[in-house]
Amino acid sequence: MVPAAVLPAAAVVPAAAPGDDEHPAMTRTIPRRPDEADVPVLDVRAMSKVYGEGDTAVHALREVNLVVRRGEYVAVVGQSGSGKSTLLNILGCLDAPTSGRYLLDGLDVADLDEQQQSVLRNRQIGFIFQSFNLIPRTTAFANVELPMVYAGVSRRDRRQRTEAALDLVGLAGRSDHRPNQLSGGQQQRVAVARALVTSPALLLADEPTGNLDTESTADVLNLFDGLHSTGRTIVLITHDDEVAERADRVVVVSDGRLSERNGVRS
Amino acid sequence: MSSLEILRFAVRALLANRLRSLLTMLGIIIGITAVIILTALGNGASQYISNQITGLGASSVTVAARAPSGTAGAAAGASSRPLTSADATALADPQGAPDVAYVAPVVQSSATVTSGANSETDTVIGSTPEYFPSSNSTVASGRAYTQAEVDDGRPVAVLGSTVASDVFGAGVDPVGRTVLINDSPFQVVGVLQSKGQGGGFSNADSNVLAPISTVQSTLTGYGNLNQIDVGARSSAVQTAAESEIYSILDRRHNITDPNDRDYQLISSAQIAQVLNSTLSTLSLLLAGIAGISLLVGGIGITNIMLVSVTERTREIGIRKALGAPPSAILAQFLIESVILSALAGLIGVGIGIALTWIPLPGGFRAIIVPTAVVIAVVVSIGIGVFFGGYPARRASRLRPIEALRRE
Repeated sequence: MVPAAVLPAAAVVPAAAPGDDEHPAMTRTIPRRPDEADVPVLDVRAMSKVYGEGDTAVHALREVNLVVRRGEYVAVVGQSGSGKSTLLNILGCLDAPTSGRYLLDGLDVADLDEQQQSVLRNRQIGFIFQSFNLIPRTTAFANVELPMVYAGVSRRDRRQRTEAALDLVGLAGRSDHRPNQLSGGQQQRVAVARALVTSPALLLADEPTGNLDTESTADVLNLFDGLHSTGRTIVLITHDDEVAERADRVVVVSDGRLSERNGVRS
Repeated sequence: MSSLEILRFAVRALLANRLRSLLTMLGIIIGITAVIILTALGNGASQYISNQITGLGASSVTVAARAPSGTAGAAAGASSRPLTSADATALADPQGAPDVAYVAPVVQSSATVTSGANSETDTVIGSTPEYFPSSNSTVASGRAYTQAEVDDGRPVAVLGSTVASDVFGAGVDPVGRTVLINDSPFQVVGVLQSKGQGGGFSNADSNVLAPISTVQSTLTGYGNLNQIDVGARSSAVQTAAESEIYSILDRRHNITDPNDRDYQLISSAQIAQVLNSTLSTLSLLLAGIAGISLLVGGIGITNIMLVSVTERTREIGIRKALGAPPSAILAQFLIESVILSALAGLIGVGIGIALTWIPLPGGFRAIIVPTAVVIAVVVSIGIGVFFGGYPARRASRLRPIEALRRE
């Protein structure tokens, strides 16, 4: 069960959001447990993921360990097929590990049933995909609003927070547009707004700039920088060194094993 | 999240995919409409024909002349004899035919019926008073003619309801007045109750009934009979009465081969039996076609529901990744199915009922079978909900990443 205390219901918009000071959502504070600072947001212990069985088994992850503390900005790099997407999917509770433990905010995910995992995904994690994954034929507003509907947020609060989130990503004027009426960069910004609208403890992004041009890439990365500076925890996959350079910490995935790359920001 | 939100998701998804929603509904609409119309047609035909049969008369047997069939009959064609008054007298003999209650010899002729300036051609039927029960004719006003009038050859007539209104005008009671039948004056003693469209294969309302002796003396002459109506003492001895008729007439007509008779017996029970078996075949056929329509409609619904859910597996993955619990996903798809199926069911019932109002040639109406309507609606909606719900249930239980990988 997810304790209510670790499910912050307010503070959607980071305080440093430019031009956003008048939004009521910002004036709220995130309730924290006294010991919360000591609990890592992510704590992965000897986690493995194997696809298939016997001779055809593929070891995507081999007994990896990873600890991410609150407020860290971690970039995961590695060649395609190295297992970095598998890692992120497991961190996002979209997939389950074959063995090993995964503690999210101190909770062992394996102990949770499907209903509880869906609550966890809803409240604790904001996931951003390479292919945006907006719901087709549905407006940007409805897409951003969606996770709050599943969270049971009242309609009026949803409207406020959706507008604030779209404003934050610079798409306040496009809330009625459908995904096919938006550019790739705009769609990804809608996806970012959707990921942070529930103010999750953790933002996970799988190659968020992989399908974007340079200008849109810069927009999205600046958003991440802003979120990071407000204390948001971010784990991001990229194969682009320029993107990785913005992170506090770079983790290299190679052949299913993790290693730290030091001195990126010396 | 509240059920209202799920309902909003469902409606939004249906409106976002209008064409697919319409196609899904079309299958249900066609299935339900077909079942309603086909069963209504079968039911209407069945009621129409059973009305016709009741108009034929109860437990009487009609003896009518016919050309002998078969090679022997064709060769002996000249030996074929018509029915005569002597045949009728022989059938009335209580020794030879103890189970026969009455015998009504019948002659008929087409004649002009005139009163004042009005005149029309009708069928005049001459017989005895037994003809009234035998032909299921009821006197609405006045009386039937009596045996005494038959014996005396009195010029009295009972008019069919159409004849009465055509010749004397609507709303006029013709009882006690005089009509001219081929210029012979007849006193009208009664008017028959209308049998309407269901009253037999020829329209009994435009017949004139009169004593056989009078009709023979004024219209047909004392020749052959058109038919002889024979009534059994009870329906229990009907078969016995029929065999007595056969044995008497076979002897009088010199028949040796029962397959080669120059007369035939027609009982209303026989006609009813033949028609009923035809009808049940017809109803079975229509029900079969209706069942096939429902099946085809059902397969259509199944297909489009499966495709629709499979196509949206990725969307289900996205929703799960955003934190939708399995129950919310399942509920959304179930509500979508229910809305589509119920709406289509309503439209199908509406179209089906509307189409049964279309008048049909031949004077019969399609009559809706309520059971068929209920079955059609329940089956269609059941199929829609089950085949919409089942793949949705499967998809709602996938790991989000598996659902997201589906393209």
